[in-house]
Amino acid sequence: MALPLFNPTEDPGPDFVSLLRRSGLPAMPQGSEVVPSLRHATTVVALRFADGVVMAGDRRATEGHAIAHRAMEKVFPADRFSAVAIAGAAGFAVEMVRLFQTQLEHYEKVEGVTLSLEGKANQLAQMVRQHLPLAMQGLAVVPLFAGYDVGRGAGRIFTYDVTGGHYEEADFQATGSGGRDARTTIKLGFREGLTREEAVELAVQALYEAADEDAGTGGPDIVRGIYPTVAVVTADGYMELPESEVADRFGALIARKRAAQEPTGGVTSGGEPA
Amino acid sequence: MTMPFYVAPEQVMKDRAEYAQKGIARGRSLVATLYTDGLVIVAENPSRSLHKISEIYDRIAFAGVGKYNEYDQLRVAGVRHADTKGFAFSREDVDARSLANLYAQFLGNVFTHEMKPLEVEILVAELGSGGRPDQLYHVAYEGTITDEDRFAVLGGDAETIAERVAADWRPDRDLADAVRSAVRALAGPERTLGPPDLEVAALSRRNGRRTFRRVTNSELESILDGGSPDTGSEPPRRTAGGADDEAAAQGGDGNGRGNGNGDTPAG
Repeated sequence: MALPLFNPTEDPGPDFVSLLRRSGLPAMPQGSEVVPSLRHATTVVALRFADGVVMAGDRRATEGHAIAHRAMEKVFPADRFSAVAIAGAAGFAVEMVRLFQTQLEHYEKVEGVTLSLEGKANQLAQMVRQHLPLAMQGLAVVPLFAGYDVGRGAGRIFTYDVTGGHYEEADFQATGSGGRDARTTIKLGFREGLTREEAVELAVQALYEAADEDAGTGGPDIVRGIYPTVAVVTADGYMELPESEVADRFGALIARKRAAQEPTGGVTSGGEPA
Repeated sequence: MTMPFYVAPEQVMKDRAEYAQKGIARGRSLVATLYTDGLVIVAENPSRSLHKISEIYDRIAFAGVGKYNEYDQLRVAGVRHADTKGFAFSREDVDARSLANLYAQFLGNVFTHEMKPLEVEILVAELGSGGRPDQLYHVAYEGTITDEDRFAVLGGDAETIAERVAADWRPDRDLADAVRSAVRALAGPERTLGPPDLEVAALSRRNGRRTFRRVTNSELESILDGGSPDTGSEPPRRTAGGADDEAAAQGGDGNGRGNGNGDTPAG
């Protein structure tokens, strides 16, 4: 590897993707063949609360009707104050996240300042747009981006479509094959100024309902101890909830669901031990 | 038509070296030294925004003396090299030695082949991990690379300052103590240097994945004022994973240079 020095007129500036292109390393495949089986299907959710945003995602990756991976991570820190979650063709999606993380850090180091949240969202949109040729062949990657806007002191959420269009959401959003069910669950429980606890609870509930309705979304795997990823971004930065805390919340949710299945009336709640 | 005068190669090299040395001597110096939790670099720099010390990668820092535009170009090239390498291979595969060698080759090449040598001296510092020791690579204007094991001094008055650092050297100092010693060495017996004259940054083992952090003006003030050993010591940081408390320290100076996005992102 040589020292990457450029003429002032050809300098890629703080743009890591264009640096890769100049160095002869393709940033993302621009390919033309369709891969027959691919890892797909997901539910990822993001919702705003009083101090920032909560982002959560299931852990299942599928290939056709088979489960390809049970413990895949779909929620990542993009940088200190933002998170990105992915739905779509897993291989490309994970690579896109890696590129996005590197780009944000690269910009920060070269320029000496961090990008604004809006700037980060635009940057991700360009990456999704570059992926359009592959998306047209069925290998779409649709990320969900959320972060804490240090300037405004509030959490913000951005959704994307395959063409790189990105739209800011007011309160919450969910994407992936189980996104519809997750969105409905959040819609019913959402109100302005949720606390962190309430927001995490709502995200956990949304993922549970999505897994309940969608074959491509994994629920809590109690046997193997694999639980969805839940992350919180606030003024303190990105923080992933410890797996034990997520497990407890799913445990409580399942207990409530079970209790609701019991025959109604005061008999069971009266005293008989289970 | 006039014939060019013959100039002996020795003379050419001597002239170029003299030219570069003069340029470097005009600038102010810097001291890099090890402390208990990592590596600290103290530079004499009155500018708040034109940095002499910068982050290259998770465990690598860069510092330059001499002409700003020349070493800044090298800094950006270093960031590009490290990020490309980390992206193509893995984050652990990025090391200071290969980067220092590239710098040495480039500086050596410019020194022998170009009209004007670069008037810079640079330092590539790496925080050791997994059995690798901390490293300080000092690359001179003509491409000479030296590997220092306790401290490094770069700049015009390097020899005198290095003598002062060596005389005051003790192992296992805390951050405040190491900074005070470096500042005394930079200032010499006749001057005193305050926070506005200094730029201080550290690679700290307590900082999570991205170990680089700038020591803010207010922190520096308390370090330099602190006569007693317990004032001005490094503020406690959460050690394992998680977002570090850099937000508080960084947020204060308003440039939002967030550091270390918590734990290592998958990659």
